[in-house]
Amino acid sequence: MSNTQNLESSSQRKNYLDQLESEAIYIMREVAGQFERPALLFSGGKDSITLVRLAQKAFAPGKIPFPLVHIDTGHNFPEAIQYRDWLANEVGAKLIVRQVEDTIKAKGLKEQTGKNATRNWLQTYTLLDTIEEFEFDACIGGARRDEEKARAKERIFSFRDEFGQWDPKRQRPELWNLFNGKISKGENVRAFPISNWTELDVWSYIEREKIPLPTIYFSHQREMILRDGNLLANADFIYKDEADVIVTKTVRFRTVGDMTCTAAVESEADTIEKVVNEIKATRISERGETRIDDQQTEAAMEDRKKGGYF
Amino acid sequence: MDILRFITAGSVDDGKSTLIGRLLYDTKSILADQMEAVERASKTRGDGEIDLALLTDGLRSEREQGITIDVAYKYFQTPNRKFISIDAPGHIQYTRNMVTGASNADLAIILIDARQGVVEQTRRHSLIASLLGIPHIVVAVNKMDLVGYSEDVFLQIAQEYQKLASKLNIKDLKIIPVSALAGDNIVDKSEATPWYTGETMLHYLENVDVLNDLNLTDARFSVQYVLRPQTEELHDYRGYAGRIQSGVFRKGDPITVLPSEQTSKISKIEIYGEEVEEASAPQSVTLLLETDVDISRGDLISGNGNQPVLSQDVEATICWMDDRKELKVGNKYTLQHGTTRVRCSIKGIEYRIDINNYEQLEDVESLKLNDVAKVVIRTAKPLAYDSYQNNRANGAAILIDETSNVTVGACMVEA
Repeated sequence: MSNTQNLESSSQRKNYLDQLESEAIYIMREVAGQFERPALLFSGGKDSITLVRLAQKAFAPGKIPFPLVHIDTGHNFPEAIQYRDWLANEVGAKLIVRQVEDTIKAKGLKEQTGKNATRNWLQTYTLLDTIEEFEFDACIGGARRDEEKARAKERIFSFRDEFGQWDPKRQRPELWNLFNGKISKGENVRAFPISNWTELDVWSYIEREKIPLPTIYFSHQREMILRDGNLLANADFIYKDEADVIVTKTVRFRTVGDMTCTAAVESEADTIEKVVNEIKATRISERGETRIDDQQTEAAMEDRKKGGYF
Repeated sequence: MDILRFITAGSVDDGKSTLIGRLLYDTKSILADQMEAVERASKTRGDGEIDLALLTDGLRSEREQGITIDVAYKYFQTPNRKFISIDAPGHIQYTRNMVTGASNADLAIILIDARQGVVEQTRRHSLIASLLGIPHIVVAVNKMDLVGYSEDVFLQIAQEYQKLASKLNIKDLKIIPVSALAGDNIVDKSEATPWYTGETMLHYLENVDVLNDLNLTDARFSVQYVLRPQTEELHDYRGYAGRIQSGVFRKGDPITVLPSEQTSKISKIEIYGEEVEEASAPQSVTLLLETDVDISRGDLISGNGNQPVLSQDVEATICWMDDRKELKVGNKYTLQHGTTRVRCSIKGIEYRIDINNYEQLEDVESLKLNDVAKVVIRTAKPLAYDSYQNNRANGAAILIDETSNVTVGACMVEA
């Protein structure tokens, strides 16, 4: 054993990104070890892209031992869908896609209409059906506790009843790194390996690992709808009225959700380094700046989670 | 830059949430829209003042009742360190939440109201911090502004606390006079306490050494998952994936697999597919062995040197967490330790600890929610464990109710 090796291993213990990575990989492996049919919920956003990289590392040199599942609202950015297909192929993972549109038709669900209509709530139906169809007992998600108040209270292994519901008052105590994934048939666990990461940690990790991202995360010109101070990408399925102004802007997206509820920021940042610098300097939180769905009420996320949301 | 995880213990009245709010605010970790939301909520509640506590109370019922119900995590960073603050409620009926929060903390901030001094709650929080083996305790004597920044008051409380601490297992203790509301000695040294020459709260949090708190002597590794890619080029590959719980593993080290007591040598250590010469806690790695050994999830790989205890009899301090059923002698549970799960039964309750005055109460028949006690457990298979006070990772266990699957007990094992 030489001194340099000693230094190497102790500097790795000191580096916060290594610590976060090590913890996330530990959680991934616990999911694979404790459950029979796990799945990774993939949205095409930077957090789930980070999860895929962590899963690759957790099971290297083998392949990721669970499928990637995408609940497609039909309102995604085309760039995100393209990226999704490319990535699944690149890492050699099985990709399962289920369409919210199909659930709407099959179940005769009523969609929101008019301004700011979103399929955000409807995704939950498709998600729960997909969990039932494949009998998934654990779903890995990219939620982070710094994102939102309700998420700050959620366990890393979050128990959901047979209706997928989260009950914040009856959460299992989660001690040390001993995750209790014991469930009965029909119940499932949502597991969040990057719970302790912040938005900046995710961006810094993507930069360090040189993880390719969908192009919408970088500065580009786009036709936008200017509405209530938010910039929404223009698309046929977005309801517009006289108050909406169509403008061409140089923008990037800080989060990637549905086109109906994800706002862009005006930015010239066209490389990951520039994006990281902008994130460091920002004075507005990610969800506050870009998620129209969370601007609606104080407890929007808490309510969605209680209903079975991610 | 590394990470410090700390828990704050104290009640709303002690200014706990205000302290965290202050740390977030003064390190510029509160973003404009979050601040606006707090201002809005403060106005709705009608007290006029901006209530920094609202930054940490996330659930609807918490905001309605103005109390913290569950463990909440907040994140902030300075150029030196990334902080994870764990906020747990302080009332006695929430002891299990504090135990939960404390289980992952490197440091505990215990708040004392300068007007009241050491109270029952201080004793309780200090005992829990000590039982959970938190290496560093910072006592924040808060609301100094309300006692005229009196040195005498501070010294008296400090002395009283030191007396209390001498009965507990506290490795590193720091006592700081602060006012979370006014910001005294939180980030900047206060001009109101010229008699205090020590560090500010943030300075201490930024500089306290937590790297050496890990046990780097006893090499322990719980197998999480066996990697067998079974592709053509990796036909014979068999790697044991897991996280090093304590100590250091090096290529060539002799090892013992427990509980089977088979021996072998490490042929390779990989971190995410790339080979390294050595690795240490808490890194996630993959170990490969020189010989074919029968190993599966739940086995413990132990390095040379001190060996863990291998036994079916376990003595542990337990915190009972079930609000529906009591723990009774003879009850059976699933015990989870490392990555192993084994059935167990409770052989006896030696004594219950009164968490307010540390008295040991004997002749106890059962434990109810939030009780802390010394118990004797018998496991169905031998367990390879270390003493919790020497090795938090390999001395911790949870009990799971076999019918509800709920986590009902936190065990700190003695060896």
